[in-house]
Amino acid sequence: MVTTKAGDSVVAVSGLTVHYGGKAVLDNVSFAVKPQEIFAIIGPAQSGKTTLLRVLNRTEDLAATPQIKGSVEVLGQNVFAIGDRTQLRRRVGMVAPLPVGLPMSIYNNVAFAPRCAGHDNKAELDELVERCLRQAALWDEVKDRLRELGTKLSGGQQQRLAIARALSHEPEILCLDEFSIAIDPVTTARIEDALLELQQQMSIVLVTNLTAQARRLSQRTMFLWSGRVVECGPTEQVFGETPEKAETYAYVRGEFG
Amino acid sequence: MARADFRETPRTRAARHRQGGARWILALAVAAMVLPMLSIVGFLLWKAAPVLSPDFLLRAPVDGMKAGGIWPAFLGTLYLVVFSLALAGPLGVLAAIYLHEYAKESRLTKLIDLAVLNLAGVPSIVHALFGLGAFVAFAGMGRSILAASLTLAVMTLPVIIASTKEALGAVPRSFREACWNVGASRWATIRAVVLPNSISGILTGFILQVSRTAGETAPIMFTGAVFYKSLPEGDLFAYGLLDQCMALSMHLFTISTQVPGVSDGVSYATAVVLLGSVLAVNAASIALRVYLRTRKRW
Repeated sequence: MVTTKAGDSVVAVSGLTVHYGGKAVLDNVSFAVKPQEIFAIIGPAQSGKTTLLRVLNRTEDLAATPQIKGSVEVLGQNVFAIGDRTQLRRRVGMVAPLPVGLPMSIYNNVAFAPRCAGHDNKAELDELVERCLRQAALWDEVKDRLRELGTKLSGGQQQRLAIARALSHEPEILCLDEFSIAIDPVTTARIEDALLELQQQMSIVLVTNLTAQARRLSQRTMFLWSGRVVECGPTEQVFGETPEKAETYAYVRGEFG
Repeated sequence: MARADFRETPRTRAARHRQGGARWILALAVAAMVLPMLSIVGFLLWKAAPVLSPDFLLRAPVDGMKAGGIWPAFLGTLYLVVFSLALAGPLGVLAAIYLHEYAKESRLTKLIDLAVLNLAGVPSIVHALFGLGAFVAFAGMGRSILAASLTLAVMTLPVIIASTKEALGAVPRSFREACWNVGASRWATIRAVVLPNSISGILTGFILQVSRTAGETAPIMFTGAVFYKSLPEGDLFAYGLLDQCMALSMHLFTISTQVPGVSDGVSYATAVVLLGSVLAVNAASIALRVYLRTRKRW
């Protein structure tokens, strides 16, 4: 296992181009994510944000066959050279836009990934389940009904369950794909607080089309549009009065998109 | 437009009548299905009543098949159904899992899907000829329970593949992706999430094939079923794999068209046994499905 040195990038993408048939979903995208930072990716729908995340944990080419060029290094390793992708996915947590509680108990939702990785010590699992549910700000609501089905929780609870699940395999990078589009503002705020806590332990890649959310949480922001990087820089600059590109200025103020 | 009260206007009255009319037409369609079915079953039971008894099921035919029971045919059908589904069931389910859960979409998988759908629509007499050529003649099995079961298995395999794929497809893709995202392998995902939530659908497709296998006559006619075979009564293991056998569907055909002087009751009672066994299996499957659905988890 390659460990990253302090100061190294945990994600380094360079010249990434993804084609489906003749259609480019991502076009020459380059960026890097540093340790313990929240890196926001903003952009309108169809700009390639989700595809980008799915390349990071190699789920994009599970069902389809895109043509991928460029280099993607996660935690110092070329992701296209990794033989056992389950190893990669354990180190990269992923939260999908729509809340998904797996059709199993709340406890098993969180214990599933560690069990897949071969951990089955009951006491250790109990402790891990509690820790992940606490980190996801869900523990207090579900601690008395861990045996109930994850699918029966409310939308906001299921999304926090999904975050707990993504933390259960102790990732070094946590990717969230528009986690708040299906949940209420109060839950969103609770999750945002949780993310700021988690930032002490891991890097977070936050894909969002709520520009205000990117502004609140992130240190750096990348503006992606139609598969191209328009601008990537410190969040204050991207959202400030003098971003590099006029499109950025207009987009973050809701003038187009 | 005045909407001050809830009085009926010509327009709302017309809408109410249309709604009533639609309801009647739909109810009539149900009646058109249920009434013939009830009259068929009722008619069969009424005609068969004088002959039906446990003895009818457990005795061999006598007097040139004009009287007596149907034991050899009943046991033969049981053998054919069990062997053919034991072959086609696991194979079909495994193939469907591969096609639906592992294979990436490509020209080849599209071709396979097309082949499966077309095979499922091939008339049974064509399967019969294939079985005659491939199993009876080429593989040298002769006319036997084995050859007939294999022929029936070939006939049911594509249907089981298609129905299993459908059941797997009913499990939302988001569940699979959630599992993959936490580092679960495809197989772990299938075990933990896909199979437990599609098993009732898989079983439904599987058991529908029981009635089809029990009822088909053409595929076994050339490959293993005979008009008459004498068999010790009451012995469940009386047939060997390479024996020829009698079968209910074939027996019904024979005594109805080929043997003069069979009393009506015998034919009708045979039909009732065939129908009754299929209904019994279906009822069991419905019960199992209801049980499994109570455990469905979303």
